[in-house]
Amino acid sequence: MQPNNDQRLWMYRQMVTSRHLEERIETLYMEGKTPAFNMAKGPIPGEMHLSNGQEPCAVGVCAHLSAEDVVVATHRPHHIAVAKGVDLNAMIAEIFGKATGFSGGRGGHMHIFDPTVNFSCSGIVGETLGPAAGAALSRKMQGKPGVAVAFLGEGAANQGAFHEALNLAAVWKLPVVFVIEDNAWGISVAKQAATAVPRNDVRASGYNMPGVHVADNDVEGVFAAAGEAIARARDGQGPTLIEIETSRLAGHFMGDGEDYRPEGEKEGLQQRDPIPRYRQALIEAGLLDEAADTRLVGEAHERVEAAIRFAQESDFLPPEAALETVFV
Amino acid sequence: MTATTTASSSRKLTIARAMAEATAQEMRQDPSVFVMGEDVGPMGGVFGNTRGLHEEFGGERVRDTPISETAFIGAAVGAASDGMRPIVELMFVDFFGVCMDAIYNMMAKNTYFSGGTVNVPMVLMTSTGGGYSDGGQHSQCLYGTFAHLPGMKVVVPSNAYDAKGLMTAAIRDDNPVVFMYHKSLQGMGWLGTEKGATVATPEESYTVEIGKAAVVKEGRDLTLVSLGVGVHHCLRAAKALGEEGFDAEVVDLRSLVPLDRETVRASVAKTGRLIVVDEDYHSYGVSGEIIASVAEHDLACLKAAPRRVAYPDIPIPFTPTMEQWALPNADKIVDAFHQMMSQ
Repeated sequence: MQPNNDQRLWMYRQMVTSRHLEERIETLYMEGKTPAFNMAKGPIPGEMHLSNGQEPCAVGVCAHLSAEDVVVATHRPHHIAVAKGVDLNAMIAEIFGKATGFSGGRGGHMHIFDPTVNFSCSGIVGETLGPAAGAALSRKMQGKPGVAVAFLGEGAANQGAFHEALNLAAVWKLPVVFVIEDNAWGISVAKQAATAVPRNDVRASGYNMPGVHVADNDVEGVFAAAGEAIARARDGQGPTLIEIETSRLAGHFMGDGEDYRPEGEKEGLQQRDPIPRYRQALIEAGLLDEAADTRLVGEAHERVEAAIRFAQESDFLPPEAALETVFV
Repeated sequence: MTATTTASSSRKLTIARAMAEATAQEMRQDPSVFVMGEDVGPMGGVFGNTRGLHEEFGGERVRDTPISETAFIGAAVGAASDGMRPIVELMFVDFFGVCMDAIYNMMAKNTYFSGGTVNVPMVLMTSTGGGYSDGGQHSQCLYGTFAHLPGMKVVVPSNAYDAKGLMTAAIRDDNPVVFMYHKSLQGMGWLGTEKGATVATPEESYTVEIGKAAVVKEGRDLTLVSLGVGVHHCLRAAKALGEEGFDAEVVDLRSLVPLDRETVRASVAKTGRLIVVDEDYHSYGVSGEIIASVAEHDLACLKAAPRRVAYPDIPIPFTPTMEQWALPNADKIVDAFHQMMSQ
């Protein structure tokens, strides 16, 4: 399954948007955190997990989804949220903890919920699969259109929740796709030190579902694998497991010294940065030239900048609003 | 909304039957309601509370699950956020250790994380309690554990009338509700059965408001506060104390979240004496919360230091001599009152 030209440009635009968002967050996050790094300081306090390098996973999957489809993302959710079409203003305002954020700042960057596009997150490793399976069950029982996609990291494939949810989804033949973003590191522990198999897609065979591997952070490889899996799900043929070899170009979280990485690894990954690679591929395919690229990148940046301005200009809720919305 | 028992409804039900009837009535009128859990299908639930549902509604809406609580309770969260109203069973509350993340980090928090835009209208029903030598991983109550964590309502019925009304209310609630039923109240003969739990229960649908305690016996001299099976211990103790000339009031909490502090305070304001009876562990639990709710509100209303009759802070022992020794009962409540009066 190949993307058409519109889909190619859409994926590139989403990747550029997401990357710019992460780069801007990186700068804003460090405000107030120098010279001494204190996580509680600055306009964006708390943990921050950036998705630089993992954009192909998000865009290759979400290119096949519409607002009605359900996505459950991880503690590293921004690229997926951008590709799923969440409201950027409300998302960035949420990251800033402002009143105009999705929850008025009660959730934060690991807990982004945009029900208008059926997007949610869980900050707990492995806890995206159950809710996605349940949303898929809901669609099946209601006869409503739409599939569900759970994103997870390769480390989550060692959680019980992973194995339970794959089994449940297969037993009930649910319209769900499980997408592993294998960035090779569970914080500081390498995949091969934590996982008994070199590739998690082989684990699908234990649950009687197809397992697909996408190598080298390949945008169109993700598109093809996800397209087939989502078509199977829509067609009532049940779940699929996909593992994507991707790269985490930032630390696990901001402030992570990344001393655990072998020397030269990060430089190597940066040379394989998927965004310049895809830009080059689109130029070679004649879909993009320098002028068009500049225009596209400029538009993407302006979208992010406008959302950041919106967030910065927004107020905080009064602190006692913390007491609200525990229940509906 | 809240019905009262009518003369026409002298039919008695067990809690198990009452739960199943409430569920069936809601399933008939709301296609989004469905049940899933271990052995809830043709078997009708290990504790009888889904009996008859599979025959009426079939395997699509009354689903036996794999023994995978993390997956199917997580799935209930996802389904509840997508327009369904799942009733999901955690067979024994003791099993929460294998699935608590789905419960307290997602079911209970997604509404808050979404600023109230994502509802999680699900019922988590789970059995509690010991007394039949099932050992320390199948006998706990854990009321305080669940009630401590914000974002989920918690109800604990002591009789079939309340069980039916609370179940109907729980299913209709747009928030997650943990429905904790005590095994010895279920009316399953093999578990030993508290006869007082099997009471007149109307056939028609009705709700019991979540968050409202009930004064099940009025009195002047002492307030006994409890929940679930403890209410029956209290009623027996009140009877025994009555023979001694003391008039005990018995408050059945029925809900832990929200907690009806007002009813408890009003009762203690009247009697001046408080004993809390709880089959859950003694420390950091319901009994301490009830006493604090009174003490921080009006210490002066107390004529004596409050007491609690609760489960000792030990894992639940298997052998009957030890387990029965550790459990709250009416004699212990009477003793606690005597000690209170002798000080």
